[in-house]
Amino acid sequence: MNLLLLILAPLLTAIAVLFCRSKKEVLWTSLTGTAVQLIFALTLYFLYQNERASGNTAQMLFEQNTPIFPALNINWHLGVDGISIAMILLTSFVVIAGVLVSWNIKKMTKEFYFLLILLSLGAYGFFISLDLMVLFFFLEIAVIPKYLLIGIWGSGKKEYAANKLALMLMGGSALVLVGMLGLYFTSSGTHSFDITELSRQYIPTDRQYIIFPLLFAGFGVFTALFPLHTWVPDGHSSAPTAGSMFLAGISMKLGGYGCLRVAIYLLPEGAKEYANIIIILSAIAILYGAFATMMQKDLKYINAYSSVSHVGFSLLGLGMLTHTAMTGAVMQMVSHGLMTALFFAIIGMIYDRTHTRMVNELGGLMKPMPFITTVLFIVGLCSLGLPGLSGFVAEMTVFMGSWQHEGMFYRVATIAAAMSIVVTAVYILRAIGQVAMGPVKKNEFLQLKDAGWNERLAAIILVLGILAIGIAPGWLNDLIKPDTEVIFKKIAGMK
Amino acid sequence: MPNATLISLIPLLPLLGFLLLGLWGRSLFRKTAGIIGTVFMLTSTVLALYTAYEYFFVYGKVNGAYQKFIPLQYNWLEFTKGVSIDMGILLDPISVIMLVVVTFISLMVHIYSLGYMKGEERFATYYSSLGLFTFSMLGLVLSSNIFQIYIFWELVGVSSFLLIGYYYNKPSAVAACKKAFIVTRFADLGFLIGILVLSYSSGTLDFNTLIERLTSPESSQFKTAVASSFLGISAITWGAALVFIGGAGKSAMFPLHIWLPDAMEGPTPVSALIHAATMVVAGVYLVARLFPVFSIAAPEVLEMIGWVGAISAIIAAVIACTQTDIKRVLAYSTMSQIGFMMFALGVSGYGGENGLGYTASMFHLFTHAMFKALLFLGAGAVIHYVHSNEMKDMGGLRKKMPVTHITFLIACLAIAGVPPFAGFFSKEEILLAAWHNNPVIYWIALFTSGLTAFYMFRLYFNIFWSREAKHEPNHHHGEGGWSMMLPLVILSVGAIAGGFIPFGNFVSSDGKPLASHFHLEFSVAPVALGLIGILTALWFYRKENNRPAKLATAMGGLYKSAYNKFYIDEIYLFITKKVLFNLVGRPAAWFDKNVVDGMVNLTGNATVSFSGFIKKFQSGKVQQYAIIFLSGAIGLALLFIYIIK
Repeated sequence: MNLLLLILAPLLTAIAVLFCRSKKEVLWTSLTGTAVQLIFALTLYFLYQNERASGNTAQMLFEQNTPIFPALNINWHLGVDGISIAMILLTSFVVIAGVLVSWNIKKMTKEFYFLLILLSLGAYGFFISLDLMVLFFFLEIAVIPKYLLIGIWGSGKKEYAANKLALMLMGGSALVLVGMLGLYFTSSGTHSFDITELSRQYIPTDRQYIIFPLLFAGFGVFTALFPLHTWVPDGHSSAPTAGSMFLAGISMKLGGYGCLRVAIYLLPEGAKEYANIIIILSAIAILYGAFATMMQKDLKYINAYSSVSHVGFSLLGLGMLTHTAMTGAVMQMVSHGLMTALFFAIIGMIYDRTHTRMVNELGGLMKPMPFITTVLFIVGLCSLGLPGLSGFVAEMTVFMGSWQHEGMFYRVATIAAAMSIVVTAVYILRAIGQVAMGPVKKNEFLQLKDAGWNERLAAIILVLGILAIGIAPGWLNDLIKPDTEVIFKKIAGMK
Repeated sequence: MPNATLISLIPLLPLLGFLLLGLWGRSLFRKTAGIIGTVFMLTSTVLALYTAYEYFFVYGKVNGAYQKFIPLQYNWLEFTKGVSIDMGILLDPISVIMLVVVTFISLMVHIYSLGYMKGEERFATYYSSLGLFTFSMLGLVLSSNIFQIYIFWELVGVSSFLLIGYYYNKPSAVAACKKAFIVTRFADLGFLIGILVLSYSSGTLDFNTLIERLTSPESSQFKTAVASSFLGISAITWGAALVFIGGAGKSAMFPLHIWLPDAMEGPTPVSALIHAATMVVAGVYLVARLFPVFSIAAPEVLEMIGWVGAISAIIAAVIACTQTDIKRVLAYSTMSQIGFMMFALGVSGYGGENGLGYTASMFHLFTHAMFKALLFLGAGAVIHYVHSNEMKDMGGLRKKMPVTHITFLIACLAIAGVPPFAGFFSKEEILLAAWHNNPVIYWIALFTSGLTAFYMFRLYFNIFWSREAKHEPNHHHGEGGWSMMLPLVILSVGAIAGGFIPFGNFVSSDGKPLASHFHLEFSVAPVALGLIGILTALWFYRKENNRPAKLATAMGGLYKSAYNKFYIDEIYLFITKKVLFNLVGRPAAWFDKNVVDGMVNLTGNATVSFSGFIKKFQSGKVQQYAIIFLSGAIGLALLFIYIIK
């Protein structure tokens, strides 16, 4: 399969959206476009599995490599492994759901969908690039539209949130850029931005110590590494529903993927040096995020802070640097992406109907909206790690992997992280108990309509994703594991 | 040989019921949901009974001992080589017994609910949740892998949550279901860390391999696990103790019992199934499942289990004497009886005659399931009739509800340990095991069984005698239809005859049959105490009088604190609401809003004011540029002339 298709599909959709004449055309063009993306992503997965089954053991499949700027040795180098495919699948699920839940958007529909699809273009490009400059280019595509999405279609303190988010993410990008240039100029022979090339080279340990923190912190901003997470609560809560879904579901994963693929993979010595700091920060994020969530009253803030806590698991897994923990970290990225997108979608549906997101102003919604509240239950239970849903699988893999790391420090960090499963249960059940159960808060709530077909479809797509991982996690594990093993072997110094 | 397909159908049929009714119950099966659920459950029960017959009488016994079989196992999630979650079926005496208990009681509850829940708006949802629970519970008892049991452990937790919160518009029900989930979740944290410890020590998650490796002193895993210690306690002991915390939470052992009385907010048949007969004994089952590890590798933990069980038994019995909500009395009684099962394991040894406590514990689990489910279903019929849970609204019902009255009396006699009812035999065995191993626990248990007889007959007399029945002119229903009476009758047969099963022949700690001994002289004390308890209750409660009030005044402080459940709930509330929220949650939220966010805003503001400072240089005034240019030139000249040279 030509990986270019993954970029062309959103690109052509975005252009087509610009030529649409009515709102209806925009909607159906976007939906068709994102459905095509979903089909491409699934096809890619099956083709990839086929290749692997037929004994292709190359690290990256479907590679293409052409020089685009020979003077600086920048190449159009694309390729995928299991980790990228997991991320691509996640992106395609979240984007189509995002299009579906934004069906009733009121103002500037065309521009909204154009930007949304542009974001997905950035994400796909990011996950398939194997050249740092190309990767960086796509990373930026995935940042800038968010500023507009929040600034124009947002709510609340949207200008403040848009500025904060854009500035912090730009700051992160700047760190990444510096780190990448550092890598480039450290590389021996003809300087190179190529990930596969750089992974084969020896990069002096003292250089790794300098470059690693730049890259990890840079990508860390995207994935809400404590204490660089403060764009998350404001950004999420001000963004329109689809924007929040994309932000939490995909953007935060760009960072996690970058931390793993660029920082840890290319600079294993640096990773080992700073692993303990990463572990401490992520353990703090997990617990601190959970406790901060407990005090929130706005549903979007609840999900935003709980994202900080949940993403902490994937950073913890990365910091542990064991094979199982890193596999768990990637699983958690996928799982959290689906789950948090679904959570934001549901919050959006509730807000559209009741015009409030305050937990204490809601109550008894189970009666008028059985479908929406059932999905709220599912997503809440996924968040608190119920077996059968994706969160459990990912968290347990991280825990099992972390426990393999001997030493009291790692044990304490794991136990601290595990303690969050109780706190999570507290805040999730408080929120669900208040919103869905109990007496109906206002009589007009009884007149509210349950989910429409588009919202149902969006929720079902994401729930299916969550169940596919939760009930039969083997496929995801098998997909990710060989490639985290490559990274693990590089860290352990094995060839 | 076991037939894997048939056995896997036992849990899968209720799951199918759950899916069918969960997805289409509201639209297609609004009326027929109960029948569908019950038919699935009936098939499942028949298969379970068939499996039990085959296991115990056809293929189970090899060389004089019951063996463990794993007819099915597939890899669900592999962490590292050898350490993986395998979904499987493990057949051994206790899992087969539990299979029968769970399917049978669940079937009774399914049938009973046809009448009890008739006309409920969310009838289909109710049956679908019952299906989910039964599936999870069966998956739990059949688990062949310690992580598999954890998975189903959480699933029974959530189905219990859904069923307690069935009346979701009642704030007390919402509070109760949250409390049940969170308290057990807290205990499960211990369980999870225990699994991590044990699996790391043994290098496996498979039950059989894990037990084998952690109990044979020759195995390398055993040596390392004993050698690696934390705070002077070996890894196995830590692991076993942590796993037990999980079990104590689910089995409502002191001090993690606070969720169980509140869980009575759920529909009464649910209390019978989940909070009396099956889910709450999961902790006992877990300890029994890992019994060799506790007994051989972590005897300190086993002793702790004994004490926890004994303390829970007596505390719950004392509280039960003072409660007035009949379901709460039954809830505390459940906690007390599970305490019996727990300490029976605690005083047991492994293998041969020493394993009497193990057999007794499982025996009591079995008989208790029968008579406690019967008590709850009977209480349900009473509540259905008088529309209240409070004793003061009842009284004199023996003529109005003859079937309920007789079956309830049978259950009370069984739990009070009056021969020849079921509870007598199992309780005798437990007491005997305690007598041989831990006399202090024996005396506690003896006293508790006297109290049991007293509070059960206090309940019985208050419901069926005491006052005259109130006459409600427009009473639309009597005792309830056949669907409610049939389970009562069937269960009372179990409560009468269950004790005559030679349990030791089937279940023992090492699989070899254990002859049950009957010591007449030994039974004198408990039976006499039980009769005294009954007679005391008779004297106090048969007719309405002021003796109970006098007694309460005489007991003063003890009565008051028992009535208030020894203020344990208040202590928890203080810790969670006051300490955790105010000292951890609030500061975390404040810190994030002010300090972390403040830093970001500070950076932003600093940049803005810095650029505000710089922009003054770009004023557009030529004179100012000239001055700056001049001073810059002078400054550079000075720099080069005097400093750098």
